[in-house]
Amino acid sequence: MSPAATSVLLAVVVAVVKGVLIIIVLMTAFAYLTLAERKVSARIQLRYGPNRVGPFGFLQPAADGVKLFTKEKVAPEGRDNFLYLLAPALAACAALFAFSVIPINQTICIGGTHGAGPLSASCPGGYPLHWDLAHLNIGLLFILAITSLGVYSIFLGGWASNSKYPLLGALRSSAQLISYEMAVSFALIGPVLLAGSLNLETIVTQQHSLWFVFLQPMGFLLYFTGALAETNRLPFDLPEAEAELVAGYHTEYSGMRFGLFFMAEYINMVTVCSIATVVFLGGWMAPFFFLPNWLGPIWFVGKVVLLLFVMMWVRWTFPRLRYDRLMQFGWKVLLPLGLANLMLTSVFVALR
Amino acid sequence: MFRELLGGLRTTMREMVSPPITIQYPEEQRPVPPRHRGRHILHRYDNGLEKCIGCELCAGACPVGCIYVQAAENDPEHPVSPGERYAIRYEINLMRCIYCGYCAEACPTEAITLGPRLDLVDYKREHLVATKDDLLEAWPGFQPLPVAVAPGLGQAASQPSPRGAGSSHAGPAGSAPGLRPPIPGGRGGAE
Repeated sequence: MSPAATSVLLAVVVAVVKGVLIIIVLMTAFAYLTLAERKVSARIQLRYGPNRVGPFGFLQPAADGVKLFTKEKVAPEGRDNFLYLLAPALAACAALFAFSVIPINQTICIGGTHGAGPLSASCPGGYPLHWDLAHLNIGLLFILAITSLGVYSIFLGGWASNSKYPLLGALRSSAQLISYEMAVSFALIGPVLLAGSLNLETIVTQQHSLWFVFLQPMGFLLYFTGALAETNRLPFDLPEAEAELVAGYHTEYSGMRFGLFFMAEYINMVTVCSIATVVFLGGWMAPFFFLPNWLGPIWFVGKVVLLLFVMMWVRWTFPRLRYDRLMQFGWKVLLPLGLANLMLTSVFVALR
Repeated sequence: MFRELLGGLRTTMREMVSPPITIQYPEEQRPVPPRHRGRHILHRYDNGLEKCIGCELCAGACPVGCIYVQAAENDPEHPVSPGERYAIRYEINLMRCIYCGYCAEACPTEAITLGPRLDLVDYKREHLVATKDDLLEAWPGFQPLPVAVAPGLGQAASQPSPRGAGSSHAGPAGSAPGLRPPIPGGRGGAE
């Protein structure tokens, strides 16, 4: 086999292994996030939460999965069947795709000499093992593009169901996601300016002295708020608003079709928390200088879990916003603040 | 705005670190009040004889007519109760009973009282007709399942051993076989 063919084969094998690993890890994360969510909500409400299936309810996700798979799949009449089936699949795919560019650890150089300096990602003569599936130079842009794809799944699901509540939920959702995406994008541009790159690994390595959350506290808050809205979490869960819209865009879905939407929501949570970790919280960097950096993935996961916990905590604390206030907050508060933050950062970067 | 938001978060965090107040019901049970009117118990004297003399006053006093008593003459050699007669069948329809306690008030020998047991559910209606086997205080060597009774005044002198009869079974479900043929006299209650 020629060296070129060998390297292609190696790349394919590595990509497949990484992809499978990401899917397995994210699915497990999804399963246990549902349990964690229920446990956190229970403790906030002075309950125990699920504790009947297995010790401390650890097998509850399995029971839920069996339930979802064996449930009758009720589908409304007059639906657009293709879109109706496509929507949940698209939701899950978009959620999984977005994770593919997130670097969990620094590139490890196998064989060759590591590039100049401990922060370099270059690896002349050896095989650079990237800790993300697709080592894109425009990683952040890719994430923004893919997460916007999630809107389609929600809207298609709402539209194809041929039912009024899903349609209303989908309309709300698309308006909300589009308006909050602006704020999220502006919040993310600040760190990009500081790092001078859209490559997520470069963004992390640029934070080796100081995490961007300290340089961009406003950006972090804006991003986190926007992320809550992007993932349809309380207090911005207008698209699903149980009390008003039954369940919003997935009212007419049952069984594992609903499960896919549910999965997409939780994987999206993981993704937005990972982005926040990478862009603002120094990714795999140790939280204190005296802690070892080679535990990269552990620090990364720890930070993500912390952010996920905050998301749950927020969800079970605040009530839902009224719809007009939600839009007002998005356009009249978050967006101007994001713009101001961007301008200040630009000035800072220009004068540096 | 931030102060209010943080205040809300602080409140939920405070609740999160405080222990849950849920009582894990089947494993943990609250003590019932001492005069709780739950499932009935048919008592025995200390020597093992049944207190019930089959007079049917309870059935007469019952406002909903859920008690059925069939009396029989005692065999003098092997008496079931100290009187002339005893109840050969004693059935209470627990679905119809309103747990008023009039039967206990009417009873001349304090043979029937209402006990602390409140888990009166089953999958079959037939099982909810309690027979003498279910109601009778077991004897001898009867070990009641622990049901805590809250300490308090007004405990009747004849207040039974807590869980009452039939509790050598695992529970009400499946233990009470429903309408049975008449039980031959002189049978020791414990199964």
